Amino acid sequence: MHVLLDPWSLGFMQRALLELVLVGVTGGVLGCWIVFYELSYSAESLAHSMLPGLVVAALLGFPLVLGGAAGLIVAAVAVGVAARVPGIDRDTSVAIVITTLFGLGVMLALSPASPPGIGDLLFGNLLGASAADVWTGAALAAFVLGALRLLHRQLLVVGFDRSTARALGGRPLLADVALLGLIAAATLIAVQGLGNLLVVAILVAPAATARLLTRRLAPMMTLAATLAVAAGAGGLYLSYYADTAAGASVAGVLVGLYVVARIASALGAGSKLAPSPSAA
Amino acid sequence: MAGVRLSVSGLSAGYGGPPAIEGLDFELHAGERIGVLGPNGGGKSTLFRVLLGEIAPSSGTVTGPHDYGLVPQTERSRLDYPVSALDVALMGTLSRVPWWRRVGKSERRFALEALGRVGLAAHTEATFGELSGGQRQRVLVARALVQDAQVLLLDEPFTGVDQPSAELLEALLRDLAAEGRGILIATHDLDQTLGWDKVLCVNGRQVAFGTPAETLTRAVLEEIYGGSIVTLPGDGGGVGILPAHHHHHDGEGH
Repeated sequence: MHVLLDPWSLGFMQRALLELVLVGVTGGVLGCWIVFYELSYSAESLAHSMLPGLVVAALLGFPLVLGGAAGLIVAAVAVGVAARVPGIDRDTSVAIVITTLFGLGVMLALSPASPPGIGDLLFGNLLGASAADVWTGAALAAFVLGALRLLHRQLLVVGFDRSTARALGGRPLLADVALLGLIAAATLIAVQGLGNLLVVAILVAPAATARLLTRRLAPMMTLAATLAVAAGAGGLYLSYYADTAAGASVAGVLVGLYVVARIASALGAGSKLAPSPSAA
Repeated sequence: MAGVRLSVSGLSAGYGGPPAIEGLDFELHAGERIGVLGPNGGGKSTLFRVLLGEIAPSSGTVTGPHDYGLVPQTERSRLDYPVSALDVALMGTLSRVPWWRRVGKSERRFALEALGRVGLAAHTEATFGELSGGQRQRVLVARALVQDAQVLLLDEPFTGVDQPSAELLEALLRDLAAEGRGILIATHDLDQTLGWDKVLCVNGRQVAFGTPAETLTRAVLEEIYGGSIVTLPGDGGGVGILPAHHHHHDGEGH
């Protein structure tokens, strides 16, 4: 028991775990929609696109969360609008917007006035989470999960058959913009802990893993959230005992779980592991 | 029961260039099944898109219901989606129950009844993507019933559907029409239209409209299919004619 409980006697480890629970539950549930809307690349790009906002906030002394939010809102709207321009597909619109914003961020970050802690913006600082960070994370998590609850039927119909969703009362533009906005909000929660470069792991890996093992959306979301939290705790143990970087350890466990599930589902050929239709 | 469900007059529509369809004049009455027959690219989809309000007519008028029950081709739906037949049927509530609300018990009961009507009472919890093509098509009909639409639009409903399912579907459409609904069925399959009440023949424009006996003449079919027609001897006394390049259940789009 000592080995299991030891890490949690430290305040910074408790806060890191709390932060990961918030990020994990949000990322797991939201990730299911990211996977079905094929927005993994957009999610990663949104994280990168917040860099200029973060750098500007750091330079001006604003809270990072404000700078990141401003950057992400600009990026989310630009991607949503650009994707609707005829002749520009979703991938291309993301690439155009993100290279522009990321370039701007790098330009600002490389200026002589950039603060020394800029590395944390890229790689995260899970063990440095403050109580205020945890409260901010809790508020954003409540917002994202509440919005997903309200949007559930819209997202379900549009994701099922985009081309005919309107005949059913579906609104593809609403679903797209709302989903991108929520990805942006979730990224804001996660980026402070996991960093700009690793945040996508918790938004995509748990949902991709759960998809291999479930056949219904509700169990998939529950499993994805559980896996994300478990991987968060596992990553912190790894970091504590193996003295590895916390954010990278969490991302590593997340990817490891996916690989294990993939192999298991391939070995079981989808019949032994996945529940039968009547049991699901 | 003899009310007009849908009235189309002098309708032309397109996508900016020359009209994809022009000169449409027809009425759909309560209790009628009208087959919309034409080749792929003949304007059937354009007509549906105008009715659904997705594109505006360039001329003419459409007087129809506020909501249509659209039954799209099942190939368009995602088969890897983690939803049950009941989940799909419940999607029909989106136009009636505000999207931010949860669906209630009465909607669930309504959806279960709709699945029962299409003969899928035993499959309500089955994964949509694992059902057969015919079963999926019937789930989508159930979804239109949940919409409570008085006019149903079916897009090539018999494509990729096995014979027993096709017969079930035909009987179902007959029953739904008998209850007073108006039904439009887009198809490029001549066989199917022989059993409907009326046929609207289109190929860029309205070629003919009337009962199958009135409309499915050699001249009309040659105009629709633009080429040779083969008469199958001894099959139904002259109605068993097929376009030479008639293709069966090819599963392609349009």
